[in-house]
Amino acid sequence: MESKKYLEDISEIKDMMRKSSRFISLSGLSGVLAGIYALIGAWLAHRKLQEIIAVDYTDVFGSSSVKIETDYIYNLFLIAMGVILLAIATGILLSARKAKKVGDKMWDDSSKRLVINFFIPLFAGGVFSIALLQQDMYGLVAPATLIFYGLACLNASKYTLGDVRYLGISNIIIGLISTQFIGYGLYFWALGFGIFHIFYGALMYFKYDRV
Amino acid sequence: MSIITNINKAFDHRIRLGIMSILMVNDYADFNRLKELLGATDGNLASHAKALEKENYIVVEKQFIGRKPNTKYSATPLGKAAFKKHIDALEKLLKQ
Repeated sequence: MESKKYLEDISEIKDMMRKSSRFISLSGLSGVLAGIYALIGAWLAHRKLQEIIAVDYTDVFGSSSVKIETDYIYNLFLIAMGVILLAIATGILLSARKAKKVGDKMWDDSSKRLVINFFIPLFAGGVFSIALLQQDMYGLVAPATLIFYGLACLNASKYTLGDVRYLGISNIIIGLISTQFIGYGLYFWALGFGIFHIFYGALMYFKYDRV
Repeated sequence: MSIITNINKAFDHRIRLGIMSILMVNDYADFNRLKELLGATDGNLASHAKALEKENYIVVEKQFIGRKPNTKYSATPLGKAAFKKHIDALEKLLKQ
C-alpha cells in the first residue's frame, strides 16, 4: 500500500522532469518523410547533372561551361531549398498532430528551446556553406552541410528525444568521410539526409509514435 | 526506520512534488508554465508554491514583461539538496 504511493511519486518525478525539459512530441514519421524528400531531391539533382554533362560534351568549344556550372549550382540550390522547406513543414505539421493527440502543447518553452538550439549550428553551417560557394569551393559544400547538420542534431538532442543524438553523430561521421571523396557529395547527401533520416525516423516512429 | 525520517513531508503532495521536479531540471519556470505542466488551478498552484517558499526551497521573483506581471520560480540550493534526499529515500524504500 505504502510502496505503491512511493512508486507513483517516483514515476511522477521522472515524468515531470522529462516533460518540462524536453519536447517529446517530435514525430518520427516526419523524419521518414524528410528522408524520402531528400532522396527524391538527390535523384532530381543527379538527373540535372547528367543533363548538363550531356550538354557539355556537345559543346566542343567549351565556352559556356562556366555558365552551365553556375546554372547547375543554382538548380541544386533550388532543389535543396524545396526539400528543406517541405521537410520542416512536414515536421511541424506531424509533431503538432502528435502533441494534440497526447494533449500536449506544441509551442511551449521546451519546443522553443529545441528550435533555438537546433538552428544556431544550422544557421552557422548555412552561412559557412554560402561562403564556400563564394570562394568556389563547391566540393566542400556537401561535407560542410552534413557536418553542421549533424552538430545541429547533436545540440538539439538535449531538448528532445535522445535518438536525435545518434542521427547527429552519424551525419558528422559521414560528413568527415565525405571530405576525402570530393565530387561524390550528392551520394553522401542522399545517405545522410535520405537514408539516415528514414532509418532513425522509423526507429523513433516504432518507439514513440505508436502509443 | 531511519530511512522514513528522510521522507520529506514538504514534498508529500503531487503538486509540490511536481513543482520541485520541474525546478530541478530547469533554471526557472514561470507561473503559467508550471500551471500548464501540472494541470493545476491558479489557487491550488499558488498555495503549494507558497508552502515551498516558506521552507526556503524555492524563490519567487516578480517582474513585469511589458505591462503583464510575471512570476518566476526557481529552486534554491537548499531545496535541491532536500529534494535529492527525498528522492533517494523514496528509492531506498522501494528497494526494500
